[in-house]
Amino acid sequence: MISSCLRQLCLVAAVAAPICAQAAAPEDDDPWPGLVQDIFQGRPMEDGSRLIVLEAPNRAEDAAVVPVTLRTTLPPGDARYPMSMTLVIDHNPAPMAARFEFGRDSTITALSTRVRVNAYTDVHAVLELSDGKLYVTKKYVKASGGCSAPAAKDAEAAKKRLGQLRFRQFATPPDPQASRTREAQLIIGHPNNSGLQMDQLTHLYIPPSFVNEVRIWRNDEMMLSMEGGISISEDPNIRFTYVAGDEDRIRVEAKDTDGRVFKGEWPSEQPGP
Amino acid sequence: MRILRKFALVLALASLAGRAPSSAGSADALTPLPVTEVAPGTFVFEGAVSLMTRENEGAIANLGFVVGRDAVAVIDSGGSVLEGMRLRAAIRGKTAKPIRYVINTHAHPDHIFGDAAFLQDGAAFVGHQNLPQALAVRGPFYLDAFRPILGDELMRDVKLAPPTQLVQGSAELDLGGRRLTLQTWPTAHTDSDLTVLDQSTGTLFAGDLVFVEHIPIVDGSIRGFLASIDQLAGTEARRVVPGHGPVSAWPEALAGERRYLDQLARDVRALIARGERLETAAQTAAASERSRWKLFEEYNARNATAAFSELEWE
Ligand SMILES: [Zn+2]
Repeated sequence: MISSCLRQLCLVAAVAAPICAQAAAPEDDDPWPGLVQDIFQGRPMEDGSRLIVLEAPNRAEDAAVVPVTLRTTLPPGDARYPMSMTLVIDHNPAPMAARFEFGRDSTITALSTRVRVNAYTDVHAVLELSDGKLYVTKKYVKASGGCSAPAAKDAEAAKKRLGQLRFRQFATPPDPQASRTREAQLIIGHPNNSGLQMDQLTHLYIPPSFVNEVRIWRNDEMMLSMEGGISISEDPNIRFTYVAGDEDRIRVEAKDTDGRVFKGEWPSEQPGP
Repeated sequence: MRILRKFALVLALASLAGRAPSSAGSADALTPLPVTEVAPGTFVFEGAVSLMTRENEGAIANLGFVVGRDAVAVIDSGGSVLEGMRLRAAIRGKTAKPIRYVINTHAHPDHIFGDAAFLQDGAAFVGHQNLPQALAVRGPFYLDAFRPILGDELMRDVKLAPPTQLVQGSAELDLGGRRLTLQTWPTAHTDSDLTVLDQSTGTLFAGDLVFVEHIPIVDGSIRGFLASIDQLAGTEARRVVPGHGPVSAWPEALAGERRYLDQLARDVRALIARGERLETAAQTAAASERSRWKLFEEYNARNATAAFSELEWE
Protein backbone atom coordinates (compact mmCIF):
# COMPACT_ATOMS: atom_id res chain seq x y z
CA MET A 1 0.00 0.00 0.00
CA ILE A 2 2.67 2.41 1.06
CA SER A 3 4.86 1.21 -1.73
CA SER A 4 2.25 1.75 -4.40
CA CYS A 5 1.55 5.15 -2.94
CA LEU A 6 5.22 6.03 -3.07
CA ARG A 7 5.54 4.83 -6.58
CA GLN A 8 2.54 6.86 -7.59
CA LEU A 9 3.90 10.00 -6.05
CA CYS A 10 7.19 9.56 -7.82
CA LEU A 11 5.51 8.86 -11.08
CA VAL A 12 3.40 11.95 -10.81
CA ALA A 13 6.44 14.03 -10.01
CA ALA A 14 8.44 12.55 -12.81
CA VAL A 15 5.78 13.12 -15.40
CA ALA A 16 4.57 16.45 -14.19
CA ALA A 17 7.77 18.35 -13.77
CA PRO A 18 11.51 18.33 -13.66
CA ILE A 19 12.79 17.97 -10.15
CA CYS A 20 13.16 21.63 -9.50
CA ALA A 21 9.92 23.00 -10.85
CA GLN A 22 8.35 23.65 -7.49
CA ALA A 23 8.30 27.22 -6.30
CA ALA A 24 9.84 28.29 -3.04
CA ALA A 25 6.72 27.66 -1.09
CA PRO A 26 4.86 30.47 0.58
CA GLU A 27 3.61 29.67 4.06
CA ASP A 28 -0.06 29.71 3.11
CA ASP A 29 -1.50 26.30 2.45
CA ASP A 30 -0.22 23.43 4.51
CA PRO A 31 0.06 20.20 2.51
CA TRP A 32 0.53 18.04 5.61
CA PRO A 33 -3.12 17.05 6.24
CA GLY A 34 -3.37 15.89 2.64
CA LEU A 35 -0.10 14.01 2.93
CA VAL A 36 -1.34 12.20 6.04
CA GLN A 37 -4.27 11.02 3.94
CA ASP A 38 -2.18 10.02 0.93
CA ILE A 39 0.80 8.45 2.63
CA PHE A 40 -0.66 7.17 5.93
CA GLN A 41 -4.31 6.59 4.92
CA GLY A 42 -5.39 9.23 7.39
CA ARG A 43 -4.25 7.24 10.42
CA PRO A 44 -4.07 9.28 13.61
CA MET A 45 -0.73 10.91 14.41
CA GLU A 46 0.48 10.96 18.00
CA ASP A 47 2.97 13.50 19.27
CA GLY A 48 6.37 11.92 18.75
CA SER A 49 8.55 14.66 20.16
CA ARG A 50 9.74 12.43 23.02
CA LEU A 51 10.26 9.32 20.90
CA ILE A 52 11.91 10.57 17.77
CA VAL A 53 14.44 13.29 17.01
CA LEU A 54 14.71 14.78 13.55
CA GLU A 55 17.98 16.59 12.85
CA ALA A 56 18.30 18.77 9.78
CA PRO A 57 20.03 22.08 9.15
CA ASN A 58 17.91 25.22 9.58
CA ARG A 59 18.81 26.14 6.05
CA ALA A 60 19.53 23.81 3.16
CA GLU A 61 23.04 24.93 2.25
CA ASP A 62 23.20 22.84 -0.88
CA ALA A 63 19.68 22.18 -2.15
CA ALA A 64 20.83 18.92 -3.75
CA VAL A 65 22.45 17.48 -0.61
CA VAL A 66 20.73 18.17 2.70
CA PRO A 67 21.74 15.86 5.55
CA VAL A 68 18.91 14.51 7.70
CA THR A 69 19.25 12.29 10.78
CA LEU A 70 16.45 10.38 12.50
CA ARG A 71 16.97 9.07 16.03
CA THR A 72 14.65 7.00 18.14
CA THR A 73 14.69 7.90 21.82
CA LEU A 74 12.54 5.30 23.52
CA PRO A 75 12.97 5.42 27.28
CA PRO A 76 14.95 2.50 28.76
CA GLY A 77 12.70 -0.42 29.59
CA ASP A 78 10.03 0.58 27.06
CA ALA A 79 8.85 -2.72 25.60
CA ARG A 80 7.89 -1.19 22.29
CA TYR A 81 10.27 -1.33 19.35
CA PRO A 82 10.42 0.64 16.08
CA MET A 83 8.75 -0.93 13.04
CA SER A 84 9.28 1.83 10.49
CA MET A 85 10.23 5.43 9.98
CA THR A 86 8.98 7.63 7.18
CA LEU A 87 10.59 10.86 6.05
CA VAL A 88 8.34 13.38 4.32
CA ILE A 89 9.47 16.65 2.73
CA ASP A 90 6.16 18.41 2.45
CA HIS A 91 6.82 20.86 -0.36
CA ASN A 92 8.97 18.68 -2.60
CA PRO A 93 7.50 17.43 -5.89
CA ALA A 94 7.65 13.90 -4.43
CA PRO A 95 7.06 14.57 -0.72
CA MET A 96 7.58 11.03 0.53
CA ALA A 97 11.37 10.90 0.53
CA ALA A 98 11.87 7.50 2.11
CA ARG A 99 10.30 4.83 4.24
CA PHE A 100 12.63 2.75 6.39
CA GLU A 101 11.54 -0.57 7.81
CA PHE A 102 13.39 -2.18 10.69
CA GLY A 103 13.92 -5.87 11.34
CA ARG A 104 12.59 -7.06 14.69
CA ASP A 105 16.08 -7.15 16.19
CA SER A 106 17.70 -4.45 14.08
CA THR A 107 18.94 -2.56 17.18
CA ILE A 108 19.12 0.53 14.96
CA THR A 109 18.77 3.71 16.99
CA ALA A 110 19.73 6.34 14.43
CA LEU A 111 19.90 6.70 10.71
CA SER A 112 20.97 9.46 8.40
CA THR A 113 20.43 10.11 4.75
CA ARG A 114 20.70 13.06 2.34
CA VAL A 115 17.82 14.63 0.55
CA ARG A 116 16.94 17.29 -1.96
CA VAL A 117 15.03 20.25 -0.65
CA ASN A 118 13.30 22.31 -3.32
CA ALA A 119 11.62 24.97 -1.27
CA TYR A 120 10.92 26.33 2.20
CA THR A 121 9.28 23.34 3.79
CA ASP A 122 8.30 21.37 6.84
CA VAL A 123 10.08 18.04 7.05
CA HIS A 124 8.14 15.37 8.96
CA ALA A 125 9.44 12.17 10.48
CA VAL A 126 6.85 9.54 11.35
CA LEU A 127 7.80 6.64 13.60
CA GLU A 128 5.68 3.53 13.71
CA LEU A 129 6.12 1.56 16.92
CA SER A 130 5.18 -2.02 17.67
CA ASP A 131 2.10 -0.71 19.51
CA GLY A 132 0.75 -0.02 16.03
CA LYS A 133 0.66 3.72 16.50
CA LEU A 134 2.27 6.49 14.48
CA TYR A 135 4.33 9.18 16.19
CA VAL A 136 5.26 12.35 14.36
CA THR A 137 7.77 15.15 14.74
CA LYS A 138 8.76 17.88 12.34
CA LYS A 139 11.32 20.49 11.50
CA TYR A 140 11.14 23.56 9.26
CA VAL A 141 13.94 23.83 6.72
CA LYS A 142 14.61 27.00 4.75
CA ALA A 143 15.47 26.55 1.12
CA SER A 144 18.98 27.37 0.01
CA GLY A 145 19.87 30.61 -1.71
CA GLY A 146 18.47 30.72 -5.20
CA CYS A 147 21.39 29.57 -7.30
CA SER A 148 21.82 26.24 -5.53
CA ALA A 149 19.57 23.92 -7.50
CA PRO A 150 18.51 20.43 -6.40
CA ALA A 151 20.04 19.09 -9.60
CA ALA A 152 23.07 17.09 -10.69
CA LYS A 153 26.35 19.00 -10.56
CA ASP A 154 28.22 16.63 -12.80
CA ALA A 155 25.88 14.34 -14.69
CA GLU A 156 28.71 12.55 -16.49
CA ALA A 157 30.53 11.69 -13.27
CA ALA A 158 27.28 10.48 -11.71
CA LYS A 159 26.66 8.18 -14.64
CA LYS A 160 30.12 6.66 -14.25
CA ARG A 161 29.44 5.79 -10.60
CA LEU A 162 26.20 4.02 -11.39
CA GLY A 163 25.99 0.74 -9.55
CA GLN A 164 29.08 1.20 -7.40
CA LEU A 165 28.48 0.36 -3.74
CA ARG A 166 30.58 1.77 -0.92
CA PHE A 167 30.31 0.37 2.58
CA ARG A 168 32.18 1.75 5.58
CA GLN A 169 32.04 0.78 9.24
CA PHE A 170 32.94 3.09 12.08
CA ALA A 171 33.49 2.45 15.74
CA THR A 172 31.51 5.03 17.67
CA PRO A 173 33.61 7.07 20.02
CA PRO A 174 34.28 7.71 22.81
CA ASP A 175 34.63 4.19 24.14
CA PRO A 176 34.17 1.53 21.49
CA GLN A 177 35.64 -1.20 23.73
CA ALA A 178 32.99 -0.78 26.36
CA SER A 179 30.13 -0.53 23.95
CA ARG A 180 29.14 -2.70 21.05
CA THR A 181 27.57 0.27 19.33
CA ARG A 182 28.63 0.55 15.71
CA GLU A 183 27.99 2.87 12.84
CA ALA A 184 27.91 1.87 9.20
CA GLN A 185 27.45 3.79 5.98
CA LEU A 186 26.22 2.60 2.61
CA ILE A 187 26.53 4.73 -0.53
CA ILE A 188 25.03 3.66 -3.82
CA GLY A 189 26.40 5.33 -6.94
CA HIS A 190 23.31 6.45 -8.82
CA PRO A 191 22.17 9.72 -10.48
CA ASN A 192 18.78 9.17 -8.79
CA ASN A 193 17.11 11.58 -11.14
CA SER A 194 13.50 12.48 -11.50
CA GLY A 195 13.66 12.63 -15.23
CA LEU A 196 12.98 15.58 -17.42
CA GLN A 197 9.98 15.90 -19.59
CA MET A 198 10.42 16.83 -23.21
CA ASP A 199 11.56 20.43 -23.10
CA GLN A 200 9.90 22.57 -25.77
CA LEU A 201 13.03 24.54 -26.47
CA THR A 202 15.83 22.05 -26.14
CA HIS A 203 13.95 18.83 -26.89
CA LEU A 204 15.90 17.17 -24.12
CA TYR A 205 14.33 14.17 -22.54
CA ILE A 206 15.85 12.34 -19.60
CA PRO A 207 13.88 9.33 -18.42
CA PRO A 208 13.38 9.08 -14.66
CA SER A 209 15.67 6.63 -12.96
CA PHE A 210 16.17 6.24 -9.24
CA VAL A 211 16.90 3.75 -6.49
CA ASN A 212 13.56 2.64 -5.10
CA GLU A 213 14.55 -0.23 -2.85
CA VAL A 214 17.47 -1.00 -0.56
CA ARG A 215 17.77 -3.95 1.81
CA ILE A 216 20.45 -4.57 4.39
CA TRP A 217 20.99 -7.87 6.19
CA ARG A 218 23.39 -9.02 8.86
CA ASN A 219 24.10 -12.64 8.10
CA ASP A 220 20.61 -13.76 7.01
CA GLU A 221 18.64 -11.47 9.23
CA MET A 222 16.90 -8.47 7.66
CA MET A 223 18.10 -5.38 9.45
CA LEU A 224 16.88 -2.41 7.49
CA SER A 225 15.08 -1.73 4.27
CA MET A 226 14.36 1.51 2.50
CA GLU A 227 11.85 2.48 -0.12
CA GLY A 228 13.03 5.68 -1.70
CA GLY A 229 12.13 8.19 -4.34
CA ILE A 230 13.55 11.19 -6.12
CA SER A 231 13.79 13.33 -3.01
CA ILE A 232 16.79 11.24 -2.00
CA SER A 233 19.99 12.88 -3.22
CA GLU A 234 22.17 11.61 -6.03
CA ASP A 235 24.24 8.65 -4.81
CA PRO A 236 21.79 7.52 -2.10
CA ASN A 237 23.53 7.46 1.25
CA ILE A 238 22.40 5.67 4.41
CA ARG A 239 24.37 5.83 7.64
CA PHE A 240 23.03 3.96 10.65
CA THR A 241 23.89 3.25 14.27
CA TYR A 242 23.29 -0.23 15.69
CA VAL A 243 24.52 -2.66 18.29
CA ALA A 244 26.86 -5.28 16.93
CA GLY A 245 25.94 -8.91 17.51
CA ASP A 246 27.89 -11.96 16.48
CA GLU A 247 27.25 -11.48 12.77
CA ASP A 248 30.22 -12.03 10.49
CA ARG A 249 28.92 -10.24 7.39
CA ILE A 250 26.68 -7.44 6.19
CA ARG A 251 24.88 -7.90 2.91
CA VAL A 252 23.19 -5.28 0.73
CA GLU A 253 20.82 -5.46 -2.19
CA ALA A 254 19.48 -2.39 -3.99
CA LYS A 255 17.18 -1.98 -6.97
CA ASP A 256 16.37 0.92 -9.23
CA THR A 257 13.35 1.82 -11.32
CA ASP A 258 15.01 0.41 -14.44
CA GLY A 259 15.15 -3.01 -12.83
CA ARG A 260 18.87 -2.93 -12.18
CA VAL A 261 19.99 -4.84 -9.09
CA PHE A 262 23.10 -3.90 -7.14
CA LYS A 263 24.55 -6.32 -4.59
CA GLY A 264 27.39 -6.23 -2.11
CA GLU A 265 28.66 -8.15 0.90
CA TRP A 266 31.26 -7.16 3.48
CA PRO A 267 32.77 -8.88 6.51
CA SER A 268 31.46 -7.31 9.69
CA GLU A 269 34.15 -5.52 11.65
CA GLN A 270 33.85 -6.45 15.28
CA PRO A 271 34.04 -3.71 17.86
CA GLY A 272 37.01 -3.37 20.11
CA PRO A 273 40.72 -3.23 19.35
CA MET B 1 21.34 60.39 -39.87
CA ARG B 2 23.28 60.08 -36.71
CA ILE B 3 20.73 62.13 -34.83
CA LEU B 4 17.94 60.16 -36.37
CA ARG B 5 19.48 56.91 -35.26
CA LYS B 6 19.89 58.22 -31.78
CA PHE B 7 16.32 59.36 -31.72
CA ALA B 8 15.12 55.98 -32.92
CA LEU B 9 17.22 54.34 -30.26
CA VAL B 10 15.74 56.46 -27.55
CA LEU B 11 12.29 55.55 -28.80
CA ALA B 12 13.17 51.88 -28.83
CA LEU B 13 14.58 52.04 -25.35
CA ALA B 14 11.64 54.06 -24.15
CA SER B 15 9.24 51.46 -25.46
CA LEU B 16 11.24 48.82 -23.64
CA ALA B 17 11.24 50.91 -20.54
CA GLY B 18 7.48 50.88 -20.74
CA ARG B 19 7.61 47.17 -20.02
CA ALA B 20 10.54 47.52 -17.73
CA PRO B 21 10.33 46.82 -14.05
CA SER B 22 9.28 50.01 -12.37
CA SER B 23 11.10 49.24 -9.16
CA ALA B 24 14.10 51.11 -10.46
CA GLY B 25 11.94 54.16 -11.04
CA SER B 26 10.85 55.23 -14.48
CA ALA B 27 13.36 58.06 -14.80
CA ASP B 28 16.51 56.04 -14.28
CA ALA B 29 15.19 52.69 -15.46
CA LEU B 30 17.65 52.75 -18.29
CA THR B 31 20.61 54.44 -16.77
CA PRO B 32 23.45 52.77 -18.61
CA LEU B 33 25.53 50.44 -16.46
CA PRO B 34 28.79 52.14 -15.52
CA VAL B 35 31.47 50.42 -17.57
CA THR B 36 35.25 50.73 -17.64
CA GLU B 37 37.32 50.44 -20.79
CA VAL B 38 39.96 48.06 -19.45
CA ALA B 39 41.70 47.90 -22.84
CA PRO B 40 40.91 49.57 -26.17
CA GLY B 41 37.43 48.45 -27.20
CA THR B 42 37.08 46.10 -24.21
CA PHE B 43 34.58 47.18 -21.58
CA VAL B 44 33.70 45.76 -18.18
CA PHE B 45 30.88 46.32 -15.72
CA GLU B 46 31.93 45.25 -12.23
CA GLY B 47 29.06 43.70 -10.29
CA ALA B 48 28.52 44.18 -6.58
CA VAL B 49 30.07 41.53 -4.34
CA SER B 50 26.73 40.54 -2.87
CA LEU B 51 23.85 38.12 -3.19
CA MET B 52 21.24 38.95 -5.83
CA THR B 53 18.57 41.20 -4.38
CA ARG B 54 15.69 43.34 -5.54
CA GLU B 55 17.67 46.41 -4.57
CA ASN B 56 20.75 45.58 -6.64
CA GLU B 57 18.60 44.39 -9.58
CA GLY B 58 20.57 41.13 -9.62
CA ALA B 59 23.66 43.04 -10.76
CA ILE B 60 26.31 41.02 -8.94
CA ALA B 61 28.30 39.40 -11.76
CA ASN B 62 30.90 41.07 -13.90
CA LEU B 63 29.75 41.65 -17.46
CA GLY B 64 31.69 42.76 -20.51
CA PHE B 65 31.59 43.63 -24.16
CA VAL B 66 34.16 43.77 -26.91
CA VAL B 67 33.81 46.07 -29.91
CA GLY B 68 35.35 44.91 -33.20
CA ARG B 69 35.46 46.65 -36.57
CA ASP B 70 32.10 45.19 -37.59
CA ALA B 71 30.28 44.03 -34.53
CA VAL B 72 30.00 43.71 -30.79
CA ALA B 73 30.13 40.62 -28.55
CA VAL B 74 28.58 40.66 -25.10
CA ILE B 75 29.99 38.44 -22.37
CA ASP B 76 27.21 37.60 -19.90
CA SER B 77 24.02 39.56 -19.68
CA GLY B 78 23.39 40.04 -15.96
CA GLY B 79 20.97 38.98 -13.25
CA SER B 80 17.80 40.57 -14.59
CA VAL B 81 16.42 41.82 -17.89
CA LEU B 82 16.62 45.31 -16.45
CA GLU B 83 20.34 44.86 -15.89
CA GLY B 84 20.67 43.44 -19.40
CA MET B 85 18.90 46.47 -20.83
CA ARG B 86 21.16 48.78 -18.87
CA LEU B 87 24.15 46.89 -20.24
CA ARG B 88 22.70 47.33 -23.71
CA ALA B 89 22.29 51.04 -23.04
CA ALA B 90 25.95 51.20 -22.00
CA ILE B 91 26.96 49.48 -25.25
CA ARG B 92 24.86 51.92 -27.24
CA GLY B 93 26.58 54.74 -25.40
CA LYS B 94 29.90 53.54 -26.85
CA THR B 95 29.03 52.20 -30.29
CA ALA B 96 26.21 51.79 -32.77
CA LYS B 97 27.68 48.59 -34.26
CA PRO B 98 25.41 45.58 -34.24
CA ILE B 99 25.45 43.26 -31.25
CA ARG B 100 26.15 39.99 -32.98
CA TYR B 101 26.94 37.64 -30.11
CA VAL B 102 25.78 37.17 -26.53
CA ILE B 103 28.15 34.71 -24.87
CA ASN B 104 26.98 32.97 -21.70
CA THR B 105 29.86 31.78 -19.53
CA HIS B 106 27.61 29.29 -17.68
CA ALA B 107 24.04 28.65 -16.50
CA HIS B 108 23.93 30.69 -13.28
CA PRO B 109 21.13 33.26 -12.97
CA ASP B 110 23.39 36.25 -12.25
CA HIS B 111 25.04 35.71 -15.64
CA ILE B 112 22.10 34.80 -17.87
CA PHE B 113 18.90 36.39 -16.58
CA GLY B 114 19.61 39.43 -18.75
CA ASP B 115 19.70 37.46 -22.02
CA ALA B 116 16.21 38.51 -23.08
CA ALA B 117 17.37 42.14 -23.31
CA PHE B 118 19.30 41.17 -26.45
CA LEU B 119 16.60 39.20 -28.27
CA GLN B 120 15.73 42.38 -30.18
CA ASP B 121 19.25 42.42 -31.66
CA GLY B 122 18.90 39.05 -33.32
CA ALA B 123 22.20 38.15 -31.69
CA ALA B 124 23.50 34.60 -31.60
CA PHE B 125 23.49 33.20 -28.07
CA VAL B 126 26.69 31.27 -27.57
CA GLY B 127 27.40 28.73 -24.85
CA HIS B 128 28.98 25.46 -23.72
CA GLN B 129 27.63 22.32 -25.33
CA ASN B 130 26.25 21.36 -21.89
CA LEU B 131 24.41 24.65 -21.47
CA PRO B 132 21.10 23.50 -23.00
CA GLN B 133 20.90 20.61 -20.58
CA ALA B 134 21.94 22.77 -17.62
CA LEU B 135 19.23 25.30 -18.48
CA ALA B 136 16.62 22.61 -19.01
CA VAL B 137 17.34 20.94 -15.68
CA ARG B 138 17.97 24.04 -13.57
CA GLY B 139 16.14 26.79 -15.39
CA PRO B 140 12.64 26.15 -14.04
CA PHE B 141 14.04 25.98 -10.51
CA TYR B 142 15.96 29.24 -10.96
CA LEU B 143 12.88 31.01 -12.28
CA ASP B 144 10.82 29.88 -9.30
CA ALA B 145 13.51 30.36 -6.67
CA PHE B 146 14.33 33.91 -7.70
CA ARG B 147 10.78 35.20 -7.95
CA PRO B 148 10.50 35.78 -4.19
CA ILE B 149 14.06 37.11 -4.07
CA LEU B 150 14.00 39.56 -6.97
CA GLY B 151 10.26 40.19 -7.08
CA ASP B 152 7.74 39.76 -9.88
CA GLU B 153 8.70 42.96 -11.65
CA LEU B 154 12.36 42.08 -12.12
CA MET B 155 11.48 38.49 -12.99
CA ARG B 156 8.61 39.13 -15.37
CA ASP B 157 10.63 39.43 -18.56
CA VAL B 158 13.30 36.85 -17.74
CA LYS B 159 13.35 34.13 -20.38
CA LEU B 160 15.77 31.28 -20.44
CA ALA B 161 16.45 30.16 -23.95
CA PRO B 162 19.04 27.60 -24.94
CA PRO B 163 22.05 28.93 -26.84
CA THR B 164 21.75 29.10 -30.61
CA GLN B 165 25.45 28.41 -31.10
CA LEU B 166 27.13 25.66 -29.10
CA VAL B 167 30.83 25.40 -28.38
CA GLN B 168 32.61 22.10 -27.93
CA GLY B 169 36.28 22.46 -27.06
CA SER B 170 37.31 25.79 -28.52
CA ALA B 171 35.91 28.19 -31.10
CA GLU B 172 36.68 31.60 -32.54
CA LEU B 173 34.35 34.51 -33.08
CA ASP B 174 35.39 37.21 -35.51
CA LEU B 175 34.16 40.71 -34.79
CA GLY B 176 36.04 42.15 -37.76
CA GLY B 177 39.78 42.46 -37.24
CA ARG B 178 39.27 41.20 -33.76
CA ARG B 179 39.04 37.61 -32.65
CA LEU B 180 37.65 36.11 -29.50
CA THR B 181 38.77 32.61 -28.53
CA LEU B 182 36.14 30.64 -26.65
CA GLN B 183 37.13 27.64 -24.57
CA THR B 184 34.88 25.13 -22.82
CA TRP B 185 35.95 23.36 -19.64
CA PRO B 186 35.23 20.03 -17.99
CA THR B 187 32.97 20.28 -14.91
CA ALA B 188 34.54 22.82 -12.53
CA HIS B 189 32.58 25.78 -11.16
CA THR B 190 29.60 24.25 -13.01
CA ASP B 191 29.20 21.73 -15.81
CA SER B 192 28.84 24.47 -18.45
CA ASP B 193 31.87 26.75 -17.88
CA LEU B 194 33.21 28.67 -20.85
CA THR B 195 35.97 31.30 -20.98
CA VAL B 196 36.56 34.05 -23.53
CA LEU B 197 39.96 35.40 -24.51
CA ASP B 198 40.02 38.75 -26.26
CA GLN B 199 43.24 38.11 -28.16
CA SER B 200 44.00 41.60 -29.34
CA THR B 201 44.16 43.05 -25.84
CA GLY B 202 45.08 39.97 -23.80
CA THR B 203 41.93 40.22 -21.73
CA LEU B 204 40.61 36.94 -20.34
CA PHE B 205 36.94 36.82 -19.41
CA ALA B 206 37.06 33.86 -17.07
CA GLY B 207 33.43 33.70 -15.98
CA ASP B 208 33.14 32.00 -12.60
CA LEU B 209 36.27 29.94 -13.13
CA VAL B 210 37.93 32.87 -11.38
CA PHE B 211 36.73 34.57 -8.21
CA VAL B 212 38.58 37.50 -6.63
CA GLU B 213 37.60 38.74 -3.15
CA HIS B 214 34.22 36.94 -3.51
CA ILE B 215 34.50 33.42 -2.06
CA PRO B 216 34.73 30.85 -4.88
CA ILE B 217 31.58 28.75 -5.35
CA VAL B 218 31.70 25.04 -6.13
CA ASP B 219 28.58 24.03 -8.01
CA GLY B 220 30.27 21.45 -10.21
CA SER B 221 33.35 19.60 -9.05
CA ILE B 222 36.09 20.71 -6.67
CA ARG B 223 38.58 18.38 -8.29
CA GLY B 224 37.58 19.63 -11.71
CA PHE B 225 37.80 23.21 -10.50
CA LEU B 226 41.36 22.75 -9.25
CA ALA B 227 42.40 20.92 -12.41
CA SER B 228 40.80 23.53 -14.67
CA ILE B 229 42.44 26.52 -13.02
CA ASP B 230 45.84 24.83 -13.28
CA GLN B 231 45.28 24.57 -16.99
CA LEU B 232 43.67 27.99 -17.27
CA ALA B 233 46.77 29.47 -15.62
CA GLY B 234 48.67 28.70 -18.81
CA THR B 235 46.49 31.09 -20.84
CA GLU B 236 48.52 33.95 -22.22
CA ALA B 237 46.74 37.06 -21.05
CA ARG B 238 47.55 40.35 -19.37
CA ARG B 239 44.52 40.69 -17.22
CA VAL B 240 41.53 38.70 -16.13
CA VAL B 241 37.93 39.74 -15.75
CA PRO B 242 36.80 37.33 -13.03
CA GLY B 243 33.16 36.35 -12.71
CA HIS B 244 33.08 38.26 -9.43
CA GLY B 245 35.54 40.79 -8.02
CA PRO B 246 37.87 43.37 -9.54
CA VAL B 247 39.68 43.07 -12.85
CA SER B 248 43.11 41.73 -11.90
CA ALA B 249 46.58 40.89 -13.13
CA TRP B 250 46.98 37.49 -14.74
CA PRO B 251 47.71 34.81 -13.62
CA GLU B 252 48.37 36.19 -10.12
CA ALA B 253 44.61 36.56 -9.67
CA LEU B 254 44.33 32.77 -9.27
CA ALA B 255 46.39 32.54 -6.11
CA GLY B 256 43.65 33.18 -3.56
CA GLU B 257 41.12 30.93 -5.22
CA ARG B 258 43.61 28.09 -5.54
CA ARG B 259 44.59 28.38 -1.88
CA TYR B 260 40.94 28.29 -0.78
CA LEU B 261 40.01 25.31 -2.92
CA ASP B 262 43.13 23.41 -1.85
CA GLN B 263 42.38 24.07 1.80
CA LEU B 264 38.75 23.04 1.42
CA ALA B 265 39.69 19.81 -0.35
CA ARG B 266 42.38 19.01 2.23
CA ASP B 267 40.07 19.62 5.20
CA VAL B 268 37.20 17.65 3.69
CA ARG B 269 39.43 14.70 2.82
CA ALA B 270 40.73 14.61 6.39
CA LEU B 271 37.20 14.66 7.80
CA ILE B 272 36.12 11.84 5.50
CA ALA B 273 39.16 9.76 6.48
CA ARG B 274 38.24 10.19 10.16
CA GLY B 275 34.70 9.02 9.54
CA GLU B 276 33.17 12.40 10.32
CA ARG B 277 29.75 13.37 9.06
CA LEU B 278 28.86 15.74 6.29
CA GLU B 279 27.27 18.12 8.83
CA THR B 280 30.61 18.45 10.58
CA ALA B 281 32.35 19.28 7.33
CA ALA B 282 29.76 21.96 6.60
CA GLN B 283 30.55 23.59 9.93
CA THR B 284 34.31 23.27 10.05
CA ALA B 285 35.98 22.78 6.67
CA ALA B 286 38.12 25.67 5.38
CA ALA B 287 37.41 27.68 8.53
CA SER B 288 40.93 29.10 8.31
CA GLU B 289 39.82 30.95 5.17
CA ARG B 290 36.93 32.77 6.86
CA SER B 291 38.54 36.20 7.17
CA ARG B 292 39.94 36.19 3.65
CA TRP B 293 36.72 36.25 1.65
CA LYS B 294 33.55 38.20 1.25
CA LEU B 295 30.35 36.12 1.50
CA PHE B 296 32.17 33.31 3.32
CA GLU B 297 29.20 32.63 5.59
CA GLU B 298 26.83 32.54 2.65
CA TYR B 299 28.73 29.94 0.63
CA ASN B 300 31.39 28.04 2.55
CA ALA B 301 29.08 25.46 4.13
CA ARG B 302 27.54 24.82 0.77
CA ASN B 303 30.96 24.36 -0.86
CA ALA B 304 31.98 21.98 1.92
CA THR B 305 28.77 19.99 1.44
CA ALA B 306 29.33 19.68 -2.29
CA ALA B 307 33.00 18.81 -1.84
CA PHE B 308 32.21 16.19 0.82
CA SER B 309 29.72 14.33 -1.35
CA GLU B 310 32.15 14.40 -4.26
CA LEU B 311 35.33 13.45 -2.40
CA GLU B 312 33.58 10.63 -0.53
CA TRP B 313 34.03 8.64 -3.73
CA GLU B 314 37.82 8.81 -3.74
ZN1 LIG C 1 28.39 31.09 -11.26
